Amino acid sequence: MLKAMLGEAWYAMGANRLRTALTMLGMVIGVGSVVLMMAIGQGAQYAVAQTISSMGSNLYILISGSTSSGGLRSGGGGGPSLNVADGEAIAELDGVSHVAPVHQGRQQLVHGANNWSSTVVGTTPAYLDARAWTMASGYAFGDSDVRSATRVALIGQTTADNLFAAEDPVGKTIRIQQSPFLVIGVLAKKGQNLDGRDQDDTVIVPLSTAQRKVFGTPFPGSVRLLMVQASSAEAMPAVEADMIALLRQRHRLREGQDNDFYVRNLAAAADTAAETTRVMSVLLGAIASVSLLVGGIGIMNIMLVSVTERTREIGIRMAIGARQKDILAQFLLEALMISVAGCLIGLALGIAGALLTNAITDMAIVISGASVLVAFAVAAGIGIFFGFYPARRAAALDPIEALRHQ
Amino acid sequence: MSQPLIRVAALGKSYRTAAAPFPALRGVDLSIDAGEFVAIMGHSGSGKSTFMNLLGCLDTASSGDYFLAGRKVADLDQEQLAALRNQTIGFVFQGFNLLQRMSLEDNVALPLVYAGRGLAREQRRQSARQELARVGLASYASSLPSRISGGQQQRVAIARALVNSPQLLLADEPTGNLDSHTSEEIMKLFSQLNGEGITIVLVTHEPDIAAWARRQVCFLDGLIVSDVATPPRALA
Repeated sequence: MLKAMLGEAWYAMGANRLRTALTMLGMVIGVGSVVLMMAIGQGAQYAVAQTISSMGSNLYILISGSTSSGGLRSGGGGGPSLNVADGEAIAELDGVSHVAPVHQGRQQLVHGANNWSSTVVGTTPAYLDARAWTMASGYAFGDSDVRSATRVALIGQTTADNLFAAEDPVGKTIRIQQSPFLVIGVLAKKGQNLDGRDQDDTVIVPLSTAQRKVFGTPFPGSVRLLMVQASSAEAMPAVEADMIALLRQRHRLREGQDNDFYVRNLAAAADTAAETTRVMSVLLGAIASVSLLVGGIGIMNIMLVSVTERTREIGIRMAIGARQKDILAQFLLEALMISVAGCLIGLALGIAGALLTNAITDMAIVISGASVLVAFAVAAGIGIFFGFYPARRAAALDPIEALRHQ
Repeated sequence: MSQPLIRVAALGKSYRTAAAPFPALRGVDLSIDAGEFVAIMGHSGSGKSTFMNLLGCLDTASSGDYFLAGRKVADLDQEQLAALRNQTIGFVFQGFNLLQRMSLEDNVALPLVYAGRGLAREQRRQSARQELARVGLASYASSLPSRISGGQQQRVAIARALVNSPQLLLADEPTGNLDSHTSEEIMKLFSQLNGEGITIVLVTHEPDIAAWARRQVCFLDGLIVSDVATPPRALA
């Protein structure tokens, strides 16, 4: 029975090929654009997620408070309020996986005849762990290098390219503030952060070395920044509260006195970026859905024409014993076939379009099984929904009226 | 036979028109036994086609009762009516009413699709070819309706009406679109089928067509004005 009806639907579709093709085109464009837009939207979300995870996940940045001298306020990080011991104390807290003290600033780097200005980061090995940063070549320095203030450096890809060009930097010496540093490793590429700043334009040296040889500080042991990584996103609120309480206690701040440090949460910036792209992809999907809807209405339109055109045929079928549900099923099946066929073609074109976009623009594209499945289910749903009204109209025809129809 | 195959009592049908309801049938009483061959005659507008459509369960009466094989048709729902049209009645139209885009065997097999017996496509075509052979068109099974003559199309329509082995064959002006020679062939076929035990009721306004039947019922202005038996006609 079903096979016979499928055959009939196929017949009916073949009877007016151009019209069937045009009806299908509505679905093709609808489904195709939904798939393409979802691929682009999810690609954007993926790209943002990548950027966020490249900055390190679940991170807090503690910045020492500003100082003022002679009415001139220094801005965050200028004061000596945070120190390495604070970091060690924070590392003992529950839910904290890594704490890295950071002292950073821009410096001119020199290697042979090349020179390049880059961000020099003085820190401990925990910094690399917190930011999930791996080495492309060579090896990272250890805690012993920090203790004995050795002059070793890890350089980012951009720095390496600018100072060394094609040369292998590992084992070479660079000069920072006249001090020679041995390059022991090159960091893996990370790309831009959310601000668009190049994270690979950097040099990482032991904190102690940076403070003594590069920046010089009147308060050895104090740091501008502490990077704190929580073990999970869920642990972050508790870690933040504990951290603040601990620091207030350590800094002997009384009730009502302001913190002498700032707490920044990278998650907030990350959430904003993720939310923006999510809204954008929902918007894209919504716009594409409108064209899917229009495609569905196209199907209804054609099915209504088809019912009117074939009224006499419906009458004949009823006269030889077709039940209302047979007629209903016939037209519903036809609508469903058109939409499913249109959906398959649309799916193929949408995916091809997404791949093409990726090839031409280098935009990140994510085609998920879920989005394909959703597009398919929606198309089938539209076929049934918009096919139902014309089909019911056909089924409700009075046999004798239908037979008299010319 | 204890009860007639068809029994109508005070059957009335009026059509709604702009001015006033137009009564096409004004209380018809008639019984037809199984195995009869009845010609319904009358001028156009006499109500004979309306009557036929009511007999074929294609239309519903405005008043009166219609019993088909002992069942009161007015009490049946859409599904049961469809089953009657499918199983009990075979309907032949003046305009043949074949589906043009289907082969002849598929046209004939169509009632089997709706019979819901779960026959496979090949079994249905097999039965269709048997019916086509019965009306002498076995060799055209896979042709399209547009390829054959009107007389042949009407034979196919008859084959389609017979494929579910109905008790009753209704024919509304079956020869109206055919020349006299082909008409005669169709009528020979009807006589032959009647001889095999199928009850036939046909509508015509031509006396020489009606002469093939064994009973002639004449309609005028929605009423039966005469109902006479006619002598059997020798098959030439």
